[in-house]
Amino acid sequence: MQGNLSIKVQSVFNEPGCNHNTSKSEKERKKGCSVQLKPGAAAGGCAFDGAKIALQPIADVAHLVHGPIACEGNSWDNRSSLSSGPQIYRTGFTTDIGEFDVIYGGEKRLFKAIREIIEKYNPPAVFVYQTCVTAMIGDDIEAVCKAASSKFGKPVIPVNVPGFVGQKNLGNKLAGETLLDYVIGTEEPDFTSPFDINIIAEFNISGELWQVKPLFNQIGIRVLSSISGDSRYREVAYSHRAKAAMMVCSRALINVARKMEERYGIPYFEGSFYGIGDMSESLRQIATLLVSRGAPESLLARAEALIAVEEARAWARLEPYRERLKGKRVLLITGGVKSWSVVSALQDIGMEVVGTSVKKSTKEDKDRIAEIMGDDAHMIDNMAPREMYKMLKEARADIMLSGGRSQFVALKAKTPWLDINQERHHGYAGYEGMVRLVQEIDKTLHNPVWEQVRAPAPWDENLSV
Amino acid sequence: MATVIKSSKAACVNPLKLSAPLGACYAFLGMKHCMPVMHGSQGCASLGLVLLVRHFRESIPIQTTAMNEVTSILGGHENLEQAILNIRQRAKPELIGICSTGLTETRGDDVSGHLELIRQQHPELADTPIVHVSTPDYIGSFQDGWANTVQSIVKTFTHRSERRNDKQVNILAGCHLTAGDLEEIREMVESFGLHPVILPDISGSLDGHIPDDFSPTSMGGTTMTDLAAMGESAATLAIGEQMRASAVELEARTGVPYFLFDRLTGLEANDRFMTCLSTVSGIPVPAKYRRQRSQLQDAMLDAHFFCGGKKIAIGAEPDLLFALSKSMSEMGCVIECAVSTMDSPILKNVPAENVILGDLEDLEKGAAECDLLITHSHGRQAAARLDIPFHRAGLPLFDRLGAAHCLSVGYRGTRTLIFAIGNLFLANGHTAHPGQWSLPETSICEFAEKVEQPIREHEE
Repeated sequence: MQGNLSIKVQSVFNEPGCNHNTSKSEKERKKGCSVQLKPGAAAGGCAFDGAKIALQPIADVAHLVHGPIACEGNSWDNRSSLSSGPQIYRTGFTTDIGEFDVIYGGEKRLFKAIREIIEKYNPPAVFVYQTCVTAMIGDDIEAVCKAASSKFGKPVIPVNVPGFVGQKNLGNKLAGETLLDYVIGTEEPDFTSPFDINIIAEFNISGELWQVKPLFNQIGIRVLSSISGDSRYREVAYSHRAKAAMMVCSRALINVARKMEERYGIPYFEGSFYGIGDMSESLRQIATLLVSRGAPESLLARAEALIAVEEARAWARLEPYRERLKGKRVLLITGGVKSWSVVSALQDIGMEVVGTSVKKSTKEDKDRIAEIMGDDAHMIDNMAPREMYKMLKEARADIMLSGGRSQFVALKAKTPWLDINQERHHGYAGYEGMVRLVQEIDKTLHNPVWEQVRAPAPWDENLSV
Repeated sequence: MATVIKSSKAACVNPLKLSAPLGACYAFLGMKHCMPVMHGSQGCASLGLVLLVRHFRESIPIQTTAMNEVTSILGGHENLEQAILNIRQRAKPELIGICSTGLTETRGDDVSGHLELIRQQHPELADTPIVHVSTPDYIGSFQDGWANTVQSIVKTFTHRSERRNDKQVNILAGCHLTAGDLEEIREMVESFGLHPVILPDISGSLDGHIPDDFSPTSMGGTTMTDLAAMGESAATLAIGEQMRASAVELEARTGVPYFLFDRLTGLEANDRFMTCLSTVSGIPVPAKYRRQRSQLQDAMLDAHFFCGGKKIAIGAEPDLLFALSKSMSEMGCVIECAVSTMDSPILKNVPAENVILGDLEDLEKGAAECDLLITHSHGRQAAARLDIPFHRAGLPLFDRLGAAHCLSVGYRGTRTLIFAIGNLFLANGHTAHPGQWSLPETSICEFAEKVEQPIREHEE
């Protein structure tokens, strides 16, 4: 591995903003954060995948993958991160290297590919992603990008995150480092105001950014830059001019939030858009941060006014579901922050959370869950699909909320299931999102198919009689 | 006779091609209680797995040796060993399929050597058959990965038999056939009183059904017993040019003669298949298929009004490209643009002037003047930009339900295909409008020269 990449990985592991990290001993910290994967029993994406998740939402940029066909060919256009304008981010660009390139090196092909893309599509920037094979044959993408940048007079950004350096989460962070090193601070906004914020690590899955943006707009807050959901290259490049920042998903881009505070003095807080209470809390916090940076005090009152109106409207819309969902048992399998905020929201409307995963949660997350769910909190560290299947088959839960990976475990057990992960088709953020989530739970729980598919075939029934 | 042209671009834009290791894993998923393993970084397995999950809407068992930066440099022997031991212990598969990737091939891992050593060190593995296929990501495509895997399976598990079973035939199935296609083929073969042994049989594992219990491995498919019995069959019917090497290998190993069918879509193609089944079984073509043949003839007559002269752009792997383009050209369509992934002897038979080995950008360019675009779901953006009808075919089909049951083989399947495509033409036909046939300027000028006093002036 190239020396500068390994230094980068080390520095990302040493993240003072991460409470997971700061609670470790010096020696543990040195070892890094990657869980040693078990060959033959591992699941999840690689670091390259993680980098792509974090950066691909920049919608007007060409994302070029330098590697063999697998890395891009098997995975392009597969996420529901939406754009309000340009669609070039959904175009699959890859050098699709062949045997010849593996033997003689792929740098020339990469350079030519960048040229072709700029000539044909003229994006404001090209992001070049390193992959395992091209890293192993020693292609220096940083040098190629530098040469291409000066030749074509356009930012060509090397994203040096080959898959083998680690898991998806590390890839998120290394992608953040790329933005810090090459993008953030390189352009200036047309104007600034005391109400400018950054939203960090919100990827606009199924339009979730659009569920919360109107709330900020209504109280006069401008989302100067979103990193990176539905963003444009220039907007990320001038994000250093924001007055405050909200960091949405704690595991993904904490290094970006913290380093922007360090370098540009932009204070941040960690918040969530999931659940009514969390949404309100986030509005309060960002308003408070802005006021501390010189925005007029009236911003706080505006925030409270909107919170009162929107909370009441959300609860009124949820009211009809209270009766229908009362006592229904939910199994919640998801990562980190989402757990506790969704747990509290579901409990609020009378559902019973029979178990929640805490695999990706920090100690604080777990404490919070215990606080919400009480002593009998059923926290699941890592549930094997077979156990999950058994639990659902024995009807110990009425519905499972999880990521796509366990979808078919639930469906084959003939149990209602709702997607709350990256590939989901509905946005669940903010007040709107919470109402949507409950509507979706209700729709799937009360669908007439369950009764039909669970009924045995008449001849089987006769046999058992 | 088409000329095959390789795209000279450095940047592949909107890939048509999928990787060879994924094709290899897919073939292993047609083996019963199998666990395919990608020997590479965990992303290699996870990205491919997600693609198949979206296509089939099913759990896809694919494991990884989870190579990291250190093992990528020092070699993957230990990862391979641990992966095999873990999988055997946790999933208890009847077969483990090891597919190499770009990562481990670049380093030069000697997987066959490692496997021998691992077997020596772990005698408990004697109960678990393991096959290895070399599939570097940077060579070949999905179809090649599939074909190489089938050949490896044939090489490893089939043998000559003293016994002959005149009522059994082997079906070597190309990766372009869906679970629905395989069910159709099985039914056709069984109608002649023959028992088909299908390899690989994804209709057993990925046909979308609800099993009685949880399975960490593939839920059905070709069994090890089936493989052992292939040497007894009366004949091997290989579907798709990609299966030729496996058919030759199987004949060489078992002495079972093979017949290769370059496609099972289209009237003439199915006539050949029926004739062959009839010859092998000694049974005349059943009434059911005489009826279906007649239905197909009728469908062709009904549909030809809408298909004749229509220009089509198709992007698909070689065998699917050939089957679709040949059948649609037999309906009077013109194959204006044909794009494929890798070279194959079948491509010269594609009824188009050229076949481009390229990507969906090439296809989109070639489809500009076409009436229909045919390719996998990734063609949706191009079809929307061009604003032309779009028929989805191939893999992945992630934005439609029932990908496993798309049917295009047999008389019945050909009829289904012709109706589906005919309906797209029918739905997108242009109706006449009053200004459509106004006279051209040239006619009006020429006319004016010939007439002394134009009528218009007269009126004034």
